[in-house]
Amino acid sequence: MKIAICVKEVPDPTAEKRIDPGTNRLVRTGENTLNPYDRHAIEEAVRIKESGVETEISIVLVGPASAARTVDKALAQGGDRSVHLADDGLADSDILATSRALAALLERDAYDLVLFGQQASDAECYVMAAAVAERLDRPCVSQAASLTLDGSTLRVKRQVETGYDTVEMPLPAVVSVSDAINEPRYPSLPAIMGAKRKPHEVLSLADAGIDPDTVGGAGSRTTVRGLSKPAGRGASVRIEDDGTAAEKILAFLVENKVVV
Amino acid sequence: MIPALSDVHEDLSALVRDFCEREIAPHTADWDRTHHVPVPVLRQLGDLGVLGVIIPEEHGGAGLDYTALCLVVEELARHDAGLSVAVAVHGGLCAAPLLRFGSPEQQARYLPRLASGELLGAYALTEPDAGSDTAAIRAQAVLDDGQWRLDGTKTWITNGGFADFFVLFARTGGGGAKGVSAFVSTRAEGLGSSHEIPKLGLHTSSTAEVVLDGFRVAADDLLGVRDDGLKIALATLDGGRITIAAQACGIARAALDLACRYAADRHAFGGPIARFQGVQFPIADISARLEGARLLMLRAAALRSAGKPHGLAGAQAKLIASRVAVDAADVAVQTLGGYGYSAEFGAERLYRDAKITELYEGTSQIQRLVIARHLLGAAARG
Repeated sequence: MKIAICVKEVPDPTAEKRIDPGTNRLVRTGENTLNPYDRHAIEEAVRIKESGVETEISIVLVGPASAARTVDKALAQGGDRSVHLADDGLADSDILATSRALAALLERDAYDLVLFGQQASDAECYVMAAAVAERLDRPCVSQAASLTLDGSTLRVKRQVETGYDTVEMPLPAVVSVSDAINEPRYPSLPAIMGAKRKPHEVLSLADAGIDPDTVGGAGSRTTVRGLSKPAGRGASVRIEDDGTAAEKILAFLVENKVVV
Repeated sequence: MIPALSDVHEDLSALVRDFCEREIAPHTADWDRTHHVPVPVLRQLGDLGVLGVIIPEEHGGAGLDYTALCLVVEELARHDAGLSVAVAVHGGLCAAPLLRFGSPEQQARYLPRLASGELLGAYALTEPDAGSDTAAIRAQAVLDDGQWRLDGTKTWITNGGFADFFVLFARTGGGGAKGVSAFVSTRAEGLGSSHEIPKLGLHTSSTAEVVLDGFRVAADDLLGVRDDGLKIALATLDGGRITIAAQACGIARAALDLACRYAADRHAFGGPIARFQGVQFPIADISARLEGARLLMLRAAALRSAGKPHGLAGAQAKLIASRVAVDAADVAVQTLGGYGYSAEFGAERLYRDAKITELYEGTSQIQRLVIARHLLGAAARG
């Protein structure tokens, strides 16, 4: 079983986020680290491996050369090897472009399962797994709260607002795991130190056979035109219960088309 | 020497910080109140490899330097000073002398079990009448039927209530500084922990009296050279006190963080108290002094790691860092006002815990003595 985990380097989530007013982009010059949501995906892969299924866990990252430390953090959490696409031509990639690069990396190896964390803590984006699955033309499930392998079938319990859906899908597949799926273990000190000794593959765009015009700023379609704070929720309506509160609430909900 | 931290140092600190926030912080106040010594947490640290930082990889450790040990102690001390000294003693006073003075057989016998946390260590030097005056040791070791038989009383033994492994000092020759030998041994019949010593702070640390009553130690568990054990004791404390400087830095950091948080959150006279200079200046002073103390600590650790003389640097680091810890805890209490005095905000615990750093592994007076003798040489001895 070959599992790939797509991980992202993000600004330290404990630090306050800042937007550069000149570029309208998130400032990434501070401390960067492994997206905390990705730890759950790595942990889930490690648990599959520990269940007795012969497994190789690959950490896949698209990011600058300086993200090598983040690759090591992911490997310390439980990966066996890493694939790091590091090329200056990737700067300013949006979801469209990054998903193209990730898909190209994933197509180089025949992975049975591609895992993502549920979201990235920097832009709070949840869609990368779906975008990559679309490019790979593989089934995709998001918000997985549990994974069960049965031969070449994967059963996924999926967290939804009203409870759980259970979805069965054939492998190969793409899954983004919920942060409730497990409690990631601490990377032990030997694991931290061993991470550097694991096989690291660092690729340029040319190595990965990616056309530079399809990634980076040139391959992106997102333009941030402006930023503003979300509008306030508007005036609230206070209903005191004088014995008719229920009718008043119902009337309010009907008026606002919440119930019909 | 300007200390520099590597990626592994930073990752190690991050690991311990993460562990503390999840496994220790939620319980610190409770453990302190109930005088609970969380031995299982120490074993967990062993599982993570944190107890074996300075032990070479061939003996099951991480093979990192002394700086790594100090960083572990510092991070632990931010959340629980008692746990931090347990690790400081285990690594700095037990694993360290084995590494430096132990025979290959002794190293192979004990280091892997110390690295994993299967054995937790204690260092039994101090006696009721031999504290700063270490040459006054009275515990006796005599050869008896091919084994050493140890008798005596050791006191103020950190980890003494639960430790499975001991570095012990006893007299094998005449009086005075010569004639003391060092031994290593696991706990067995004849070595008993008589009682925990009630103390001002550090309630999560075991501080016990250890009684040696016909305690038998194998002949090959003598550490180093017979009758030359006091050299081992003092050389070990030269390194140990750097870990206490690290502990002091951790306590001071916790106090500073607490004072800053409270000053920003607490409102009085129409705004946060952080806008008052009377609140700002003590915090600013502690911040500057703490960064200085931390550099002294890291410098001493770097010298120790490089195998260079570090007695002077370690004494300087401990002297300064321990005072910063005491003053930082005082600033935290003062910033929190009445809440600082209450047991619900953690400032009073830091205030009680900080003081020990000026006392153990050499009082501040002893540190000054060490420093003065380095500077003044024979003239300082009169």
